[in-house]
Amino acid sequence: MILTIAGRELRSLFFSPLAWSLLAVMQFILAWLFLVQMESFTRIQPRLAGLDDAPGLTDLIVVPLFGNVAIISLLLIPLLSMRLISEELRSGTFSLLLSAPVSATRIILGKYLGLLGMLATILFISTVMALSLLAGGELDLGRLAAGLLGLGLVLAASAAIGLYISTVSDQPAVTAVASYGLLLFLWLINMAAGAEGKGSLLFAWIAMPTHFDRLLSGLVRSSDLIYFILCIGLCLIFAVRRLDSLRTRP
Amino acid sequence: MKPLIKTEGLYRYYGDHCAVRDLSFELYPGEVLGLLGPNGAGKSSTLRMIAGNLAPSAGRVWLDGVDLQSNPIEAKRALGYLPENPPLYPELTVDEYLHYCARLHCVTRDLLAVAVSDAKARCGLDDVGQRLIGNLSKGYQQRVGIAQAIVHNPKVVILDEPTVGLDPIQIREIRSLISDLGSERGVVLSTHILPEVQATCSRVLILHHGEQAYASSLQHEYSSLSRCFLIRLAQPPALEAIHALPGIGHVDQLGQGHYRLCLADEVECSANKLIEQLVQTDWGLEEFVPEQQGLEQIFVRITAGEQNIS
Repeated sequence: MILTIAGRELRSLFFSPLAWSLLAVMQFILAWLFLVQMESFTRIQPRLAGLDDAPGLTDLIVVPLFGNVAIISLLLIPLLSMRLISEELRSGTFSLLLSAPVSATRIILGKYLGLLGMLATILFISTVMALSLLAGGELDLGRLAAGLLGLGLVLAASAAIGLYISTVSDQPAVTAVASYGLLLFLWLINMAAGAEGKGSLLFAWIAMPTHFDRLLSGLVRSSDLIYFILCIGLCLIFAVRRLDSLRTRP
Repeated sequence: MKPLIKTEGLYRYYGDHCAVRDLSFELYPGEVLGLLGPNGAGKSSTLRMIAGNLAPSAGRVWLDGVDLQSNPIEAKRALGYLPENPPLYPELTVDEYLHYCARLHCVTRDLLAVAVSDAKARCGLDDVGQRLIGNLSKGYQQRVGIAQAIVHNPKVVILDEPTVGLDPIQIREIRSLISDLGSERGVVLSTHILPEVQATCSRVLILHHGEQAYASSLQHEYSSLSRCFLIRLAQPPALEAIHALPGIGHVDQLGQGHYRLCLADEVECSANKLIEQLVQTDWGLEEFVPEQQGLEQIFVRITAGEQNIS
């Protein structure tokens, strides 16, 4: 049942121009940034050759590339997640799911998997771009894998947040703006972490980049993984609860 | 017999406005129940509550004997629902969409193809299976919506204004489909088109301001009321001659050969006996119409404010 819902979600996405245009725009911007990084790398390469422990391709191209993917996805995910529930509530197609013998948990998991499927293509594109560097140089594959894991977790967590916000209102634009705001907030909250005090530690922990940056630098710590899993789990549970209350509470 | 739908004291408030007030009814297999009412009478809210799309403010619903509030998933297995706006995904083809709906309603994979092709055949969608729903006309989209409601062969079919946007031929087809469905399972439909109820429903429930204002089985309606007949004669005889026919209780002359005959209450006399007698005379019977107190009159009287006719 979950797969049926996820399959329909993916199918609808890829049969509509939305997914393709998002992917095209994303690919264009990433390609441009990728080129710029390449350009600067080739410019400083002769100087790097003289250094002992010089940063390599992975440091100078792959890590910034993944960082860029995460930031651009931050802008795209609300557009995708608002369709999941909010737009269906608005257009009335959600009653198909409401009158079917399907639990709220399965609806949410199905929708979430569908969105993850779409995000997997983004992950795939960025991986292929990074791996294309192998044609002319060497990559630190371990670090690449850690970065990929980090990027995947950031996308998955953002998707879960977007999905939860999507259940809150039947106005797609409102949910898109709200999830955009929340995601951006989670991205920027560690700016306060520069200040001293216990509060700033908390802010730093809540902020997504704190954990993402560590993964990008090749450091896979279980505390960071727990942060993302906690974020995903909480948002999905909230979404299920919210959906249940939509159906049962007058 | 176990009722397919049972509601008990359903209420629904939108803020202070009470859209549905104390509604209780039952639907048995083989019945087509028509919910009739003017706009804003609470028809759609009622259907949405029965279909589990809207939580009632008070009251309970059982579908096929299963409580919809405490065991929604089990209860919804018996349910096929067409909302006011058919829940269609314009980017899917009819086949893909119906497959999806059948899977959602737990149709097993080996029965999937049969279920979909059967639903398509019943709703006249055989030729459009490969077309995108978004490119279909309103009438075809409505048919896809109906196909979606019956693809998993549910025991209870709930149709909210099923013939909206259809042309007259399609309306006739859908009405015969509804009568067809009603022969094996229970169907509830809402409409504000009176002839539709007369054409398809075995029972009618008129809602007014969210309350049940009138409920009756339609057969009963006609049999009880058709003790009066409107006739037209080519060579009208004297009024006394008609009155002299056996079983006639009362005759009104309406002019130009038109008469209104009423059967005497105590006499066992049916319409066909009366016709037999009239044909045997040389009055030249040209018209014979049972006088019905049409649903329309009841409807108008109820919605105009008179509440207690039933």
